[in-house]
Amino acid sequence: MFIKNEEYDLMVKKASRNSKKARDFFLAFLFGGLVCVIGELFGRLYVYLGADENTRPILVALTLITIAALLTGIKLFQKISKVAGAGVLVPITGFSNAIVAPAIEFKSEGFIGGVGVKIFSIAGPVIMYGTIASVIYGVIYYLMKAVF
Amino acid sequence: MAERICNSTIILGNRPAIIGYGSVVGKTERDGPIGDEFDRFDVDIRFGEDTFEKAESRIQKIAVETALNKAGISEKDCDIIFAGDLLNQCIGSTFGLKGKEIPYVGIYGACSTMALGLSLASIFVDCGIANVAAAVTSSHFCSAERQYRFPLEYGALRTPTSQRTVTGSGATLVSRSDNKPYINSVTFGKIVDKGVTDTNNMGAAMAPSAADTIREYFLDTNTTPEDYDIIFTGDLGEVGTKLLYELLIKDDIDIRCRHNDCGLMIYDKNLRDVNAGGSGCGCSAAVLNSYVMHRLENGDFNNILFMSTGALLSPTSALQGESIPGVSHLINIRNP
Repeated sequence: MFIKNEEYDLMVKKASRNSKKARDFFLAFLFGGLVCVIGELFGRLYVYLGADENTRPILVALTLITIAALLTGIKLFQKISKVAGAGVLVPITGFSNAIVAPAIEFKSEGFIGGVGVKIFSIAGPVIMYGTIASVIYGVIYYLMKAVF
Repeated sequence: MAERICNSTIILGNRPAIIGYGSVVGKTERDGPIGDEFDRFDVDIRFGEDTFEKAESRIQKIAVETALNKAGISEKDCDIIFAGDLLNQCIGSTFGLKGKEIPYVGIYGACSTMALGLSLASIFVDCGIANVAAAVTSSHFCSAERQYRFPLEYGALRTPTSQRTVTGSGATLVSRSDNKPYINSVTFGKIVDKGVTDTNNMGAAMAPSAADTIREYFLDTNTTPEDYDIIFTGDLGEVGTKLLYELLIKDDIDIRCRHNDCGLMIYDKNLRDVNAGGSGCGCSAAVLNSYVMHRLENGDFNNILFMSTGALLSPTSALQGESIPGVSHLINIRNP
């Protein structure tokens, strides 16, 4: 029997399970919040140790990046993200994981053709479009300041 | 002598028989519901090698050697080997079988490779152009992940329709024998593409091709599902299996009470990573060369249909937005 692609598409949609959204949202909220709390605690620690308000966010970001990189290295990040999902992938921890994961993985192809080429294979688009977006934002900000 | 009947089924009149088989799996597969059936496994996902690609080659080599040992023959007795895997340029097979004194034919059929290779080996033996012919294929979770998806350490999540690539290999040796399970017929499937573009839903992409081949086979042979003890499909998983039933029901073919899918058999369903089931060349290969062969040998099954289902995509075609073509080959294995 001949089935049209459109008809099959409907059958596929019916047969395919969706993600458990309520659970995923809740866990992402919980773990995302936890990452923020950890960041905030470090922030307060750095202020207590004498950091000023301008260097505090940089230090916090660096700390979270380092922790996520270490967790990726000891293969723990992936286990956490399986439960936490977007909670750890959306914050800067996810960015760190996206850089470190290919760096570890493609070591077998050497430091130039492997790590060097592939290190930005996941984060590359974020870096490129992030940079473009910030340039556009900068131009708009400059123009607004000039006009008003 | 091999003879084509009707559209696509080839009857092998000289009854090429399975004289040896071997299976190798990784730890997750070993811990699955049919884990005890496999010949070899290793808790080390690298199987003692330094890269995942070499690990895949290694399991293919072990599978072939296990099959040769069981058949009690040496590699020099083997006249030809059909081998394939999922890695670019089939390096899993070439590096695994490098150094073997067996004429090598590399084949690619994605996850349909086991049935494809075994069909070709059976035809070679049936026609008398090989005394002993072998078929082997493999897949490895880690080598497949890094080629088709993301690095292993990357934390991205999978959708519930995605399937886990099986770390495993299976090898089958075919030759003339009067008292072993034999290949009665083979049916090569057509490429069927129903426009599925979701690479995380391979089962859905392959189900139409499986339905097409089954339908062709029943038409060619004028038989019904009731004529067979069981019908195995390769790696349709949960979604693909559901869709296969629905597609066949439209043609009044009901295989539900005598069907099983290797992708649904190999893993513990409660594992978080498994989602819709197992997939990969090694899935149907490992299950055929363990669970299925054991039951054919002890007489639980006497007349079965075995299919491997393949999704013929590449990372390039997927990125370019092409849909996923599927192909399925079917083999009828009987006890003498």
